[in-house]
Amino acid sequence: MKKISVTVNGTTHQSDVEPRLLLVHYLRDVLNLTGTHVGCETSLCGACTVMVDGQAVKSCTMLAAQADGATVTTIEGLAQSGELHPVQQAFWEHHGLQCGYCTPGMIMATAQILQRNPDPTEDEIRHGLEGNLCRCTGYQHIVQAVQCAAKKMKSKSVAR
Amino acid sequence: MFPANFEYIAAKSLDEAVSLLARYKDDAKLLAGGHSLLPAMKLRLSQPKVLIDISRVKDLAYIREEGGQVRIGATTTHFQIETSDLLRRVCPLLPETATNLGDMQVRNKGTIGGSVAHADPAADWPAAVIAVNAEIVAFGPKGARAIKADEFFTELFATALQPGEIVKEIRIPAPKGVVGQSYMKVRHPASGFAVVGIAVSMTADGGKCAACGVGITGVSPTAYRASAVERAMKGAALDAKSIAAAAGHAGDGADLNSDLFASGEYRKHLAQIYTRRALETAASRAK
Amino acid sequence: MAEKFVGKSVKRTEDPRLIQGLAHYVDDIKLPDTLHAVFLRSIHAHARIKSIDTSAAQKLPGVVAVYTGKDMSQKIGPVPCGAAIPEMKVPDHRVLATSKVYWVGHPLAVVVAENKYIARDAADMIQVDYEELPAVVDEEKAADPKSPVIHEKFGTNIAYKLTAGEGDIEAALKSADKIIKQKILHRRLVPIAMETRGVLARYYPGEQELTLWTSTQIPHLARTQVAVMLGMPENKLRLIAPEVGGGFGSKLNVYAEEAMIGWCAMQLGRPVKWIEGRRENIQATIHGRGQTGYVEIGVKKDGTITGFRYNVFADMGSYFQLLTPAIPTLTGLMLSGCYKIPAIQMNVTACFTTKMSTDAYRGAGRPEATYVIERALDLIAAELGMDPVEVRRKNFPEPFGADNPFKTATGLFYDSGNYQAALDKALKMADYTKLRDQQQKARKEGRLIGIGVSTYVEICAMGPSAAMPAGGWESATVRIEPTCKVTVLTGASPHGQGQETSFAQIAADELGVGVNDVTVIHGDTAVVQYGIGTFGSRATAVGGTAVYMALQKLKGKATELAAHLMGVDAKSVSFADGKFSGGGKSITIQEVALGAHLAKSLPPDMEPGLSATSFFEPKNFTFPFGTHICVVEVDRETGEIHFQRYIAVDDCGKQINPLLVHGQVHGGIVQSIGQALFEEAVYDEQGQLVTGTLMDYAVPKAAQVPKFELDSTETPSPVNPLGVKGVGEAGSIGATPAVVAAVVDALAPFGVRHLDMPIKPENVWRIISKSA
Repeated sequence: MKKISVTVNGTTHQSDVEPRLLLVHYLRDVLNLTGTHVGCETSLCGACTVMVDGQAVKSCTMLAAQADGATVTTIEGLAQSGELHPVQQAFWEHHGLQCGYCTPGMIMATAQILQRNPDPTEDEIRHGLEGNLCRCTGYQHIVQAVQCAAKKMKSKSVAR
Repeated sequence: MFPANFEYIAAKSLDEAVSLLARYKDDAKLLAGGHSLLPAMKLRLSQPKVLIDISRVKDLAYIREEGGQVRIGATTTHFQIETSDLLRRVCPLLPETATNLGDMQVRNKGTIGGSVAHADPAADWPAAVIAVNAEIVAFGPKGARAIKADEFFTELFATALQPGEIVKEIRIPAPKGVVGQSYMKVRHPASGFAVVGIAVSMTADGGKCAACGVGITGVSPTAYRASAVERAMKGAALDAKSIAAAAGHAGDGADLNSDLFASGEYRKHLAQIYTRRALETAASRAK
Repeated sequence: MAEKFVGKSVKRTEDPRLIQGLAHYVDDIKLPDTLHAVFLRSIHAHARIKSIDTSAAQKLPGVVAVYTGKDMSQKIGPVPCGAAIPEMKVPDHRVLATSKVYWVGHPLAVVVAENKYIARDAADMIQVDYEELPAVVDEEKAADPKSPVIHEKFGTNIAYKLTAGEGDIEAALKSADKIIKQKILHRRLVPIAMETRGVLARYYPGEQELTLWTSTQIPHLARTQVAVMLGMPENKLRLIAPEVGGGFGSKLNVYAEEAMIGWCAMQLGRPVKWIEGRRENIQATIHGRGQTGYVEIGVKKDGTITGFRYNVFADMGSYFQLLTPAIPTLTGLMLSGCYKIPAIQMNVTACFTTKMSTDAYRGAGRPEATYVIERALDLIAAELGMDPVEVRRKNFPEPFGADNPFKTATGLFYDSGNYQAALDKALKMADYTKLRDQQQKARKEGRLIGIGVSTYVEICAMGPSAAMPAGGWESATVRIEPTCKVTVLTGASPHGQGQETSFAQIAADELGVGVNDVTVIHGDTAVVQYGIGTFGSRATAVGGTAVYMALQKLKGKATELAAHLMGVDAKSVSFADGKFSGGGKSITIQEVALGAHLAKSLPPDMEPGLSATSFFEPKNFTFPFGTHICVVEVDRETGEIHFQRYIAVDDCGKQINPLLVHGQVHGGIVQSIGQALFEEAVYDEQGQLVTGTLMDYAVPKAAQVPKFELDSTETPSPVNPLGVKGVGEAGSIGATPAVVAAVVDALAPFGVRHLDMPIKPENVWRIISKSA
């Protein structure tokens, strides 16, 4: 077993984990944060995307042991003081989800895309989402949601 | 989805990693970004007894200019390369390659050292490091040694690294003169890996190609230097005709990969077409 | 006036939990003391099992039980098939293999352990000694008497033969000026719902109650079938479909694992959970399509179709799942497309192969029909030198509706249709004439532009019970609670389609309350009255109608009560905007709701409470339709295909929520694009599944698909009072032929008239380079 200390959504957890425990299973099974999903075995679908130290990563392709000392944000930690994150709002408004299974990963990936590029073109959005599969929406409403979120975040930062 | 059991050791320094490798030998695997190794472990295609994590080794993720070279530390992520101002200025081929690699999350975590050491026949970096005449610095019990990219990729998933050696750094001679570069890729529709990936780094002189490096991945069991293309380009006019003629040699002598998506013959054809396109793009940028 | 919701793009009420990661899919449900199961599966396509040694696995610390076919197969009933075809051969489909394995992925043993990592470790320790037998992978070759036989007792791989259709096909073909023939392949596809299957079972021995959480589209049907498999009373089995992460037909089924996990929980007295891995999902969850077809279509010189014959070899896989043998019959029903065809004949040869079973995947047999008839129309156009649009117009029926339904030679009466209107609208959006001019111009410049047109019709709202394997009705209960909150219990079990919202819209409008006052509950057999489920684009047209019907009953009672409370004659009472008015008085529905529950003053003989249930039995299917136009450019040098435009005009009758309709169409089109260009479950000659992970099986990504331009026409269905037709499968039916036609059209200068899916760049390149 390995001792790790991980700060997830603002709370620091000390845990003993098997070295082979994947970060996604740590989040889901140890911390009971089940919003992060598993959709493939090959690090391709992105349903498990979370932020580790500010970087969107596939939590199925990282050991919990590797997250020792890291700060992790999961979908459950995105809304702040009861207010949905603009990306969450935009996905809701634009019907950017159907079954919802890929959605947490999609939203986390989108948050990263917009953090780095506040005004992405449609091509940049589609390229940015290459690591996230959705089988329901055909992506069009997701792309619209990302565009809408970009606008929301811009007006928010202007307001500040 | 569930790796077999192993022991996990986070190395604090390269020396420690090397001594751990010496102790555990074939039982051990190095873990950097984990984006080649962990997927294989999840499928239990790889079951190392010991994982030596080098991602926490200090000062192994860097991009800097030194001694007329650009030096990239082994655990530098694809994303760091993609967004490096230094590289965009000095060697834009590398950021362009990074942008085409995997996906955003993979680029955030995966490392150039890990990718190069893994030597996947469809990985992007091997083409790029060959094109820019990079050296791969291996660090082992006997210290460091530089291996030319041309000699580094020896066979399918095999490199010139000796047992016990770790990739420490990638060194790229800073291109001089009027340089144009390009990376072009046909992505596998499912995996996103390169069916064909063409990296070109060209120096132009008065409308002619003074020299050019062409690295090709995806086509063969190992990435290779398209020497015949380079020879044909050397001194050639940068016009469509000479470029097309040179590009026709892109698959010369290559052992050809084949899979459900693309036969060897088609890969060779794609290599020729995309070499031409990459040369044209590089030429247009060599201004 | 109270706000009206039907017809508006209302934001989904189910989304807040989903966008915050707070929803509960099967694997998100945690019970104390849960054990975890892993299945050991066959690595061979066809082999005799000589021995299975589980001793090492059993000794591994943390392992609680290891079961093989010997322990389980005779204690659990066979995996059910709900479809019946005359003289069909039905293999005895046991939950675990005992003497032979029939496909890569066939389960051999189940390991139950304290955690999933240990269960996997133990499964790897089981030794199986196989004697390999030859694989049978091609559905047409499987029919050959010389082929190795899979199920020995049948002496053949032919599961059934069936001839369907009406009219004198021989005479019809004889009367044609030309007969066009074409072999057409429909490759096997993998549904890939983003959530794989998963089951959690808990058994309370005292209550003798088994609760099964399973990712399914059909909770009630699955409850009945699993109860039969386990030999327990079905009302002691509570089956819950929690949040379900997509189905596309793959969860319209009853799987061996559902019964086995329940059985394990009953044996072990602890909850047992199994979550399917993605490789497992690709191997052992049903596949779709899988037909090798031969088209023969007769046509007059002016483009009029005289007759259409489709001979098809249908790939069943090794066993029947719930609807496996029925899928080709759906193909037969829809072969007429949206055209007048006097004589149609389909001859099916359904064959067993050493592969996973095929079954319903989004469209389920109808995409095959639409694809062959649409390809046939294009072949006619090419043969006669006509524009594909003109051939279609030539054979369209006049617009029709309730008074003059359109009868096909496949035995159907289409409910309503105006194919010309959808086509005209799509052509206008595309500026078709100009597109064709641009195409000509581009060709002169050596560029390869292709335009594909598909005019499709599909059969939805499944369906009248007489035509369904297990009941085609749907149920709904609507309750008005004392505080006037409205609860809708629907037997349909949506899993992403958004009926929690659209059904709330229907209820809100009928009762004059807000959408957020309505809660829609589904998926739990202990809470919801028996229902059928969500598939076949039926949830809104059948399930939504059941909600509507229950609301009418409820309003009847509420009106009587309101009249009583106001002291006026019920006949004089009207209801609008949440208020009952009559005789100069009025009373709100809130007051009536409370009154019904306080029951201080009720009319004589009226029961307290405000609740009504409806079981709606549709009289006919519905037939949504539309036109899809796809424009591509083919890279002349590499064969790569680039989308330029995609236009779709769909007519699904009345739309409850246009936002949801668009979502359904988008998703369907992308699955079509996947089928046309990328997707194929490939088994090699040894029966190994070569496309066994998402690294090999290409599910379309955002950057691989275009932006769609959508519009609709509205031809209400006369089959239900809402006028809705259904839209869940439209995109996956209408789009495939349009995409293929576009690529074929781009290659027309090379004499190409047909290409088989998936159209890979290499195939395109070979055609171009051959002619160069």
